[in-house]
Amino acid sequence: MFSKGLRPIAAAAVITTLVAFALVFFYAPLDADQGFIQKIFYVHVPMAIVALGGFVAGGIMAIKHLRTGDSSWDLRSYVAIHLSIILGTGVLITGAIWAKASWGHWWVWDEPVLVSFLIVFLLYCVYYPLRFSIEDPDRQARYSSVFAIAAGAFVPINFTAVRLAEAVTHPRVLSQTGGSLPGEMRLTFLVCILAMVLLFVTLWKLELTAKRTSAQLKRLRTRLELRAETAG
Amino acid sequence: MPALPLDEAGKYVAGAYVVFLALIVIYVAIIGAKIARIERQVSELLELTDHDEEAGRSEAVHEPEARRSPQDAGLEAPQTDARPDAEQSHQDAGLEAPRR
Amino acid sequence: MIRTAAAVLRKDLRIEWRTKEAVPAMALFTVTVYVLFHFGLDRDSLDGELASGVLWVTLLLAAVIGVTRLFAAEREQGGLDAFLLAPVDRTSLFVAKAAALFVYLVALEIVAVPAFAVLLLGPSLFDGLPELVLILLLADVGLAAVGALVAALAAETRARELIVPLLLLPLLVPLLIGAASATEPLFRAGGEPEDLGRFLALVGGYDLVFGLISLAVFDFLLED
Repeated sequence: MFSKGLRPIAAAAVITTLVAFALVFFYAPLDADQGFIQKIFYVHVPMAIVALGGFVAGGIMAIKHLRTGDSSWDLRSYVAIHLSIILGTGVLITGAIWAKASWGHWWVWDEPVLVSFLIVFLLYCVYYPLRFSIEDPDRQARYSSVFAIAAGAFVPINFTAVRLAEAVTHPRVLSQTGGSLPGEMRLTFLVCILAMVLLFVTLWKLELTAKRTSAQLKRLRTRLELRAETAG
Repeated sequence: MPALPLDEAGKYVAGAYVVFLALIVIYVAIIGAKIARIERQVSELLELTDHDEEAGRSEAVHEPEARRSPQDAGLEAPQTDARPDAEQSHQDAGLEAPRR
Repeated sequence: MIRTAAAVLRKDLRIEWRTKEAVPAMALFTVTVYVLFHFGLDRDSLDGELASGVLWVTLLLAAVIGVTRLFAAEREQGGLDAFLLAPVDRTSLFVAKAAALFVYLVALEIVAVPAFAVLLLGPSLFDGLPELVLILLLADVGLAAVGALVAALAAETRARELIVPLLLLPLLVPLLIGAASATEPLFRAGGEPEDLGRFLALVGGYDLVFGLISLAVFDFLLED
């Protein structure tokens, strides 16, 4: 039952998000360098972290799918990846907004996290055409899982590689936000990440339930129609 | 990095948060549309069973309906085994995505 | 397992030797792209990061051609079913295909790298040659492993020629970063390697991770 626990998690997600927003705008202090622009990070970075986590989680679920042959794992993996791609577009758009606000360009290559994210995003976009161009459902699920595993392993390798390439001394934002954050900013940041995770799980369960119900409905209809036919 | 004056910076920050909210809202709307479709199909099926009832086969219809809640009902669908049936519907679920 | 892999490899190499389909096409493609770069960049000679980038990007694009054709024989003549029926370890198919791709790439580079030196490279090729060969070989291992995996993944899809580049190229970015960064100082006058260890470690790590993953996962692509 995918919708088990959906209500409490949804409630938790809403509450945490509201608290997070309140913290961002009323509690966290203004950044000395970047000013108000820095507030974008409270939405941009948690989205990125959760999206990447979603990709890796999708890979792990895919491993489960291949190991057990249970196709509900494939469905879970698909939804996780699907959601992460949507979040990924959000990451790129908010990243571009931040870049424009900070440096006047809609894109910068100096930010290794953003660059590696673009590469990962481009890779995962191929998930859909790969998946839906295979007609046999069993094969479709298997091949998608293989992709999810390879791509999931790719994420950390890619981030390391891009970071190595950009081994230039730039005031990387993640080092700012990850390293020496003052207490209030750190708390706000953590709450934002928590809110994003809860949101992700909520939407994930929501979509899983919708898909599952839809499929059950199909089966129901087929059975009813068959019964109507054989009895008529 | 120079700090933009508050009103200009505000526009960018607002834009970023709007993007975030828009994504969520659009997503929920799509799921909502899906639920509407499910609702429509359920009412269609209900009509179908009403039709069967009228044809005087109420017991044959009610019984399987009661048994349908536990997932692996013993009744056969067109497939011979409940497992491939489950897999088929999950694949259907997966395949449904683009047809939205 | 090794014997089966060797047998399949021999078959593939023999076919390639007779039909000469993949490698000459890849080599021709590479030289053509060099000419394109000459006109596109409006440069007579390149060095340093530009030379390294042009060489590696061209090699990766040529690899796409090799990968798309990797399972062609099995697809067109149905050799796959026979293989699946035989009582052999299915991973040997992966090893054989990856090895074949590795051989094609090395053959390609024997032509493509001197061609590059003649057409576009400014400083002498021989300055950094031993290190360059090492980088090429190490990168080819990763290219072969990932290429074989992507070839198998895309083998059954209808849009194979589209899916292969879209899948392969992003996956190869870390490899490209390592190889190109390692090659860059070799293409400067004097050819002294810089940071070679670090980038070789990146390429080596990539080879290891993706080699293992591809081996582990390949079986599931052949199931029926």
